[in-house]
Amino acid sequence: MIFRFLIRIFPLVLLAGLWEIAPRIGWINPEVLPPASAVASAWYGLLMSGDLVTNGVSSLINVSAGLALGIVVGMAAGVLMAWYPVVDALVSPLMKSLYPMPKSALIPVMILWFGLGAGSKIASIFMGCLLPVVLSSYNGARGVEQTLIWSALGLGASRRRVLWEVVVPGALPEIMAGIRNALAISFILLVSSEFLVGQRGLGYLISFLGDGGVYDAMFAAVLTVAAIGFFADRVYLFFMQRTLQWRE
Amino acid sequence: MSENPGYSAGEYGLMALRVGSIVAVLGAWQITAMAHVFSDFLLPPLSTVVMRLLHDLGPSSMTQLMEDLKSGNLLGLLGDIFSGELPRGIGLTLVRTFIGFVMAAAGGVAIGVAIARVPLARWFFDPLVSVGLPMPKVAFLPIFMLWFGVFDVSKVLMIAFSAVFPVIVEAWAGTQNIDKYMSWSALSLGVGPRRFLWEIALPAALPQVFTGLQVALPISLIVAIICEMQMGGQGLGGSIMTDMRFADSPGVFSGIVAIALVGMVLVKAMELVRRRLLIWHQETQAE
Repeated sequence: MIFRFLIRIFPLVLLAGLWEIAPRIGWINPEVLPPASAVASAWYGLLMSGDLVTNGVSSLINVSAGLALGIVVGMAAGVLMAWYPVVDALVSPLMKSLYPMPKSALIPVMILWFGLGAGSKIASIFMGCLLPVVLSSYNGARGVEQTLIWSALGLGASRRRVLWEVVVPGALPEIMAGIRNALAISFILLVSSEFLVGQRGLGYLISFLGDGGVYDAMFAAVLTVAAIGFFADRVYLFFMQRTLQWRE
Repeated sequence: MSENPGYSAGEYGLMALRVGSIVAVLGAWQITAMAHVFSDFLLPPLSTVVMRLLHDLGPSSMTQLMEDLKSGNLLGLLGDIFSGELPRGIGLTLVRTFIGFVMAAAGGVAIGVAIARVPLARWFFDPLVSVGLPMPKVAFLPIFMLWFGVFDVSKVLMIAFSAVFPVIVEAWAGTQNIDKYMSWSALSLGVGPRRFLWEIALPAALPQVFTGLQVALPISLIVAIICEMQMGGQGLGGSIMTDMRFADSPGVFSGIVAIALVGMVLVKAMELVRRRLLIWHQETQAE
């Protein structure tokens, strides 16, 4: 079991080894690619100085706030669109025409509206996450088997109960897949908006270190962000599989 | 889920709502702006933004255009018609997006097919792909700037790096799941490995490869705009950032409208290409 795991991740170990050796023996300029061990010790330094923790906490707060808002509003809008034809007619043309818009374009307007602080970041993340959640909830709720709804109504459930106990659970697999997309988008928007303006967050830390020429620490911060994004997705995936266990 | 099917009046009403909702939003934008609910800086009127778009869309110098017409310099005329700020910005962004996207498409399909067919390639790339796919690739932007500078090389490579993973995953899955009977028939009829790849494996995987490309193209555009915002170099992202720094809010809004339109056209174009390219496939014929 452990042996198979080691064989599986061996290519990663190989690359890490190459990354350590190549700058040390002069294949690559160590200024441009600091060896892995230097990056690791720079990471420890960032952790001990508290820079990583304070900026990381600020980033995580922004990302969770924007994502949570996007999920709540998006699910509500998507499910209501599928349930009430009037809401559908009012909202869905707007949603569908905005959906292909590259989300990064909104960052400058959010900066104009909400300033250079956390507000503009949360708003950018919210706007970016909203549409994937809306559309997946809409498609999910529309795809719920009509016979299930009719049976529930026929057994005397009120429309509100059918909405909560049949439509929403039935749409859950698609909603959760949409949220996974939104999670990926939220990290992209978080990092790029923090690159552009502001004095806090991991994106800010990366560009601050890069501008200062502290490249080993910059690599450490970049890899931290990548790792957080990766583990967020893995944890979510685990949670999603657990939640959807009742499905065949 | 319509409550009273058959009521054509109700359906006409819904259709009117559908068209009306977008008009209403645009109208509300114009009216709120004109009533100065927010300052013109925060929300410039729609009409100002549209005028700005038309202005930027037009050629940068009318006199130059007239000169070309008089001297019969047709090539120059063509160039000067598209010399406005907006056509140039759209052109630059699209060229970067496409070069990066094509690199991601070619590399992604090659790697994906290799993973599905060559055990060694699978052993090597599988962990890299499963780490790389869910990772926020934009975080690597400063490293690309350090390695490749702030000009087009780093932008294009960054786009390719961000867009390649979904293509790999779909090409891999598409080639892996080829119908067994189809490949057995081909092999027993004596098809060699090269012909098998080009005439069986790739066409059979095409629908799924295309799904990957349809994910990769919007990513390419998003990353192109982020790169331009961060590194400059004009284009749609660069000019929107310049407008923001100069607090030129009609410029920012018209930039967003332009980007949204470009995004919409690209997504629609991909759908059309898909339908055209997969005309032989059940998915198209079912419609």
